[in-house]
Amino acid sequence: MTKADRAIDVSALHKSFGRTHALDGLDLAVETGEVHGFLGPNGAGKSTAIRVLLGLLRADSGAVRLLGGDPWADAVALHRHIAYVPGDVTLWRNLSGGEVIDLYGRLRGGLDRARRADLIERFELDPTKKGRTYSKGNRQKVALVAAFASDVDLLILDEPTSGLDPLMEEVFQEYVKEAARERGQTVLLSSHILSEVESLCDRVSIIRKGRTVETGTLSELRHLTRTSVTAELAAPPNGLAHLPGVHDLDVQGLRVKLQVDSDKLDAVLRSLAESGVRSLASTPPTLEELFLRHYQDDAAHRTAEGAMPR
Amino acid sequence: MTATVAADARLTPRSRQLAGTVTLLRLALRRDRVMIPVWVAVILMMVLSMPGSLGSVYGTAAERADIARSIATNTSMRALYGPVFSDSLGGLVAWRIGVYAGVLAAVMSVLVVVRHTRDEEESGRQELVSSAMVGRRAPLTAALLAALVANAAVGLLIAGGLASQGGGGALALGLATAGTGMVFATMAAIVAQFTESARLAKGLTSALLGLAFVLRAAGDSGRADGSSALTWLSPLGWLENTRAFADERWWVLLLFVAGAGAQGVAAYALAGRRDLGMSFLPSRPGPAHGRLGTAGALAWRLQRGTVLGWSLGFLVAGIAFGGMTQGAADLVGGNAKTLDIIERMGGRSGIADAFLATMAGMLGMVAALYVVSSVLRLSGEETSQRAEPVLAGAVGRLRWAGGHLVVAFGGAALIMTLGGLGLGIGYGKDFGPVLGACLSRLPAIWVIGGLAVLLFGVFPRAAVAAWAVAGAALLLGWIGPALELPQPVMNLSPYSHLPKLPGGETTWPPLLILTAVAVALVAAGLAGLRRRDLSS
Repeated sequence: MTKADRAIDVSALHKSFGRTHALDGLDLAVETGEVHGFLGPNGAGKSTAIRVLLGLLRADSGAVRLLGGDPWADAVALHRHIAYVPGDVTLWRNLSGGEVIDLYGRLRGGLDRARRADLIERFELDPTKKGRTYSKGNRQKVALVAAFASDVDLLILDEPTSGLDPLMEEVFQEYVKEAARERGQTVLLSSHILSEVESLCDRVSIIRKGRTVETGTLSELRHLTRTSVTAELAAPPNGLAHLPGVHDLDVQGLRVKLQVDSDKLDAVLRSLAESGVRSLASTPPTLEELFLRHYQDDAAHRTAEGAMPR
Repeated sequence: MTATVAADARLTPRSRQLAGTVTLLRLALRRDRVMIPVWVAVILMMVLSMPGSLGSVYGTAAERADIARSIATNTSMRALYGPVFSDSLGGLVAWRIGVYAGVLAAVMSVLVVVRHTRDEEESGRQELVSSAMVGRRAPLTAALLAALVANAAVGLLIAGGLASQGGGGALALGLATAGTGMVFATMAAIVAQFTESARLAKGLTSALLGLAFVLRAAGDSGRADGSSALTWLSPLGWLENTRAFADERWWVLLLFVAGAGAQGVAAYALAGRRDLGMSFLPSRPGPAHGRLGTAGALAWRLQRGTVLGWSLGFLVAGIAFGGMTQGAADLVGGNAKTLDIIERMGGRSGIADAFLATMAGMLGMVAALYVVSSVLRLSGEETSQRAEPVLAGAVGRLRWAGGHLVVAFGGAALIMTLGGLGLGIGYGKDFGPVLGACLSRLPAIWVIGGLAVLLFGVFPRAAVAAWAVAGAALLLGWIGPALELPQPVMNLSPYSHLPKLPGGETTWPPLLILTAVAVALVAAGLAGLRRRDLSS
């Protein structure tokens, strides 16, 4: 794929606020037409990155391309093709939800009236209520309806479903799938809801402390993690401890428990087979474990680095 | 597709900066569909009531020439209202109301501009708006255009309403009032680039407006024809120097254009140079460990900046008014007619006392605005959902409300005390009576505060109506006597029941009754608050 096909192409992005380095060399590549998960612990810099993409903040350094344009210099032209939903929607007290939806439509490339009506019905939103009377979930729906009804190429969603009930969460997921599949829209989705990420995202990027630590499809990411293996053997195991990628090996007679890097699983199975396998259970990492590992690595990394001989 | 986005031929660099302005202007006017018309109507009412009220007091040309001569030689009157340039009725109207119409137009403009710029960024709404096709300078442009619409309405309606006094003069006064509004609109636009808080932006611009008034007053007290350099430093000085109804100096209007233009350019340059939501004076980090432990402490923490601002303002205003007192006493110099008017305005014996009483009365009426804004913090906390988690703690509603009410009612006492001390310092004698006069206004201020509490507690959705109550009391006090309204109408204002101090007799019953009424109103409001649902 060439660079021009990317909806979002960010490399070595830096942004500081005073002494705080919010973004410290962020890389992010989102191909056109894909749903891209944007993950990271609180304070990792996701929202700052999104604000840079929206031209609301100016990058200190690094290259940022959005739909082939510069998000700061071409902000307005780009925004014709972008719809954004923040995680915390604030509305004007004395304007109705319907007024706000149409306002945002007018401020973007225009609204699809039929889709607007459909969305309002599916999301069970009363567009005649005034901003002050909406609950958090309903304020969120106002922004979602405005975004999905807009004729845009790129949806930037920053924890868009906070406050939605599970039923509405399902409606949201359907619309994201429809946006990508039927209209070819690109979606950047920042979310902490892992089931949402799993069911929607083609690829994900995980950032921590303003830096990208992992990017790829979910199966690629799984590949990088450890599988836990429990086996009962016919004969005592031989040489398992010396295999690369084996961790937490625990041998009790003929019972073996171990963790193995998923890409090294092959060698471990071969070694086990040599001893004769009576029973075998292997558990791939759950999504939670996957993310927790990336989120928590901080502390682990620091001790590892500190222990390393120089 | 993507390659064409950046090179969209329909958008020139300039139009990109301003894209969406028209839609945002419509949004602003729709949001302000009540606020702007009310402001315009109040300013208009004040100005248009003047020919009638002044005409009834100075009916003949001889009377007008007499008063104009007296004012011209009196430093205090010039400091308070500016110099008088013509003894026609129109000239007297421009003298009496011009500067104050300008001040009100300025306040309106500051509120409109900050509301649609810094307020929007602070609340986070601007982020979603700016994610759409909205140029980086469009929000500021829309805010300034909204202010322009409001000021144009004020200017043209003044020009039309006073046309019977002379079309040229009416137009000059209208345009100068609108021009003053726009100078402060653009000033607010600059200040809003420097603060992260909308409240602070409004406060700082109001302080600059106060400075403009003081500069003009100082200049005018020195020179009888408005030619002092100090006067020319102040946009309010430009307004009076337009000389409406007195051989209008049209070129002075160019100063408004130049001033507003230059400030507008500066605001634009700043706005295009910063990140959304950030400011050139970033907020400092706070302590890592907080000491706030009670709802009362929280209320004080939230309101202390405002209380400090009002305190300083009242102290300075008191000193300034006190300093004018001796001059005001000299004004009379055997003019029985004026003495009569001054006495009717507030005092019973002694011109100095009459003047001090008028000033204490004015401070007292302005303090109603403080008490209403402070009480309505409760309403703001409730509707913004910030009260909810506080009340979800081990905090009773009464305790929560009580904290803010102590700040509101105690703060009113504090600022009136400082106003009284200021008057005493400025006047240089009679500390006790002057301070007493200021404190004697408190029961009426508290009644208005009590009404605000009642509205908040019992009719929370109509809590903003407390502003209308304070505004009505101000209007009654300001133009009621001149209009010679019937006593039952005047009696609607709690201020009408206060003794005339200093100089008059201290009559305790009305003070005690008004205080009791205030207590009853607060109690009723709190009872309502205990019983009703919180807004969610």
